[in-house]
Amino acid sequence: MELTGAQALVKSLEMQEVEVIFGLPGGAILPVYDPIIDSPIRHILVRHEQGAGHMAEGYAQATGRPGVAMVTSGPGATNIVTALADAYMDSIPLVVVTGQVATSAIGTDAFQESDTTGITLGVTKHNWLVTDAADIPQIVREAFHIATTGRPGPVLIDVPKDIATSMMEWYWPDGVDLPGYHPASQPDRAAISAAAELVAAAERPVIYAGGGILKSRASNALRELAELTGIPVVTTLMARGCFPDSHPLCLGMPGMHGNYTAVTAMQQADLLLALGSRFDDRVTGKVSAFAPRAKVVHVDIDKAEIGKVRRPEVAIHADCRLAIEGLIESITASGPPDKGRLEPWIATLSKWQEQYPYTYDRSEPDNAEVLAGSSGRRPTLKPQYVIEQLRALTPPDTVLVSGVGQHQMWASQHWSFEHPNTWINSGGLGTMGFAVPAAIGAKVGRPDRMVWAVDGDGCFQMTAQELATATAERIPVKIAILNNAYLGMVRQWQHMFYEERYSEVYLSPDLPDYVGWAEAMGCVGLRVESSEEVTPAIEKANEIDDRPVVIDFRTDSMEQVFPMVPAGASNDDIVVHPSQRVRGSEVSQ
Amino acid sequence: MTQDYRPGGPRHRLLSVLVENKAGVLARVAGLFSRRGYNIFSLAVAPTDNERFSRISIVVDVESSPLEQVVAQLDKLINVVEIGELHPDEAREAELLLVSVTANANERSQVIQLVGVFAGRIVDVGHDAITVMVAGAPELLDDFESLMRPYGIAGIQRTGRIALPKLDSQASSMTTAGIA
Repeated sequence: MELTGAQALVKSLEMQEVEVIFGLPGGAILPVYDPIIDSPIRHILVRHEQGAGHMAEGYAQATGRPGVAMVTSGPGATNIVTALADAYMDSIPLVVVTGQVATSAIGTDAFQESDTTGITLGVTKHNWLVTDAADIPQIVREAFHIATTGRPGPVLIDVPKDIATSMMEWYWPDGVDLPGYHPASQPDRAAISAAAELVAAAERPVIYAGGGILKSRASNALRELAELTGIPVVTTLMARGCFPDSHPLCLGMPGMHGNYTAVTAMQQADLLLALGSRFDDRVTGKVSAFAPRAKVVHVDIDKAEIGKVRRPEVAIHADCRLAIEGLIESITASGPPDKGRLEPWIATLSKWQEQYPYTYDRSEPDNAEVLAGSSGRRPTLKPQYVIEQLRALTPPDTVLVSGVGQHQMWASQHWSFEHPNTWINSGGLGTMGFAVPAAIGAKVGRPDRMVWAVDGDGCFQMTAQELATATAERIPVKIAILNNAYLGMVRQWQHMFYEERYSEVYLSPDLPDYVGWAEAMGCVGLRVESSEEVTPAIEKANEIDDRPVVIDFRTDSMEQVFPMVPAGASNDDIVVHPSQRVRGSEVSQ
Repeated sequence: MTQDYRPGGPRHRLLSVLVENKAGVLARVAGLFSRRGYNIFSLAVAPTDNERFSRISIVVDVESSPLEQVVAQLDKLINVVEIGELHPDEAREAELLLVSVTANANERSQVIQLVGVFAGRIVDVGHDAITVMVAGAPELLDDFESLMRPYGIAGIQRTGRIALPKLDSQASSMTTAGIA
């Protein structure tokens, strides 16, 4: 069967069981858009290519399947670079197809030409410039294989226009031919035994669970390990939901804005079981002062992560789930673990949890006089309260998506995650504008789930044009803007570290008019200015299932995220909420 | 130049990297080094007897990053098939040097004599300069270079080190089984 390169490309995507492509056509990718008309694959037309990339990420995070995006050459390709970089940092499987100028024009500074494979070299797991239409099925098969195996990540296929129009004889390859690609899977037996011995001897162990738990679908195995051994679990920003927050052994999020107990447990630990986590600077704080007394068992599928930041006592280069299962087997083989040994440690942790929960100053709902808007006085609605109410009023398996900044930290802190893959955010790259498109992608992947985005007003303005996509494609996402009229996290740093000299952080609560924006995009727009309006607004939003909803929550702009470990400081110097500081010095182990 | 900076000094480690012979492979390797802040002292690329693969010999400066990390990151490149470290004791190393030396009629015979000692070859002769090619162990070339310097070097180019394991040694990671 003779096909054009373009037809072969679309057919190859069908062979990979792609159900949706997020994209936007243009000159160089035109030939590939023609067979899309006849393909069963759904195409979602975005308004900006960055949106296509983040939608594909949201889809991938919510479903565990690779996200697919397709854009044209030049600016189309450069616009999706941010999403590629984001996916690379957070190990999200994406397959991005870009158009390219004809092979004869490559290198001539042709219209809409860019060196796409060169530009994306450092932000993809691998990329290809197709030079022969006959290679297309093989490359597509390899692209999906590479994106989804080992440590997942984004890949890119750059297709010159003449390649897309030239003819090839269709085939589907039997397999991949990648002599240099051998992702790890099974753990080394001896390393597992060594880890089990450290577990048996530890008195203050902590499981440091990272995003690798979710990638390797190891949530159940992790729970079994924690319950078998009685070891408490911290879940990093990328791992929220991999272990239920309601579980008695869950300590929640560690790191710069993690809770006191999670941060301090790691500092005081004598053993860290790092499972699919990468000792990110936002978790470790000052590396030389991080968990100084802990021995480390580091499980990672990416060998380069092991020893990159902290040299482990036991290195296990393997798939996280297989390693955890191996560990469970090894521990079980030597009889039931002595959980009683951990009682003093658990008691200490419980005491900290009681002393240092996440907290904030509750606003007084009756104090209507100081409410926002026309009165010109700042709103007193607390962003944390909005998150708490959202959590209380939505199903337990609701998918929560966030952008980057204060709202992201409050969402992670005050939402209670009970299921894996229910938290989608930009962790490593910290991409503002992630939430709206990622929520759309998540809802496309999981139409059965309620999908809420918690966004900041700064983030929202970066990609909110995609609400038009959501309306047009009937994707009923719900967006809660925590509108504090500021680039809030930057403001917080200027408050704390720049003597309250606020430089270029004020955005205005009214410009743009977020309700007007929502309505212009075919969404329902709601505004909430006081605590008592929160619940009715969320309930109303939950009932709308035929279009997107945007709620403009006017929140207290002075609110700050606590606890906080200042950048570069030791985690021992964690700054708790002002109301908890009096007791700070009295804490003992 | 201190001893440490010399090829073969403790800061310098030689990696022999077998890569798929595909467009852009060198850019992937070089790009990895630059974005991770690793330093390359020298680099040489050439095809192998199997047209599917090329061999890159890289002398890495391990001051900035541990070799283990460099190797682990290199190994993540899809087109990198195999990485081996070659210890100087277990390898045959060679490098090629081309140098144009300013030498007038009086000095020329001295230079030619030294070229003979180093088993080099004169590849070009001008009125007041000659161009010499010398191949051999990198340390040998260092010596030759320093001997030429007093005469005045008009131009110099070295290829960077290439290496293969000694035939009687069994450098573990250097087997090429399964690749032919």
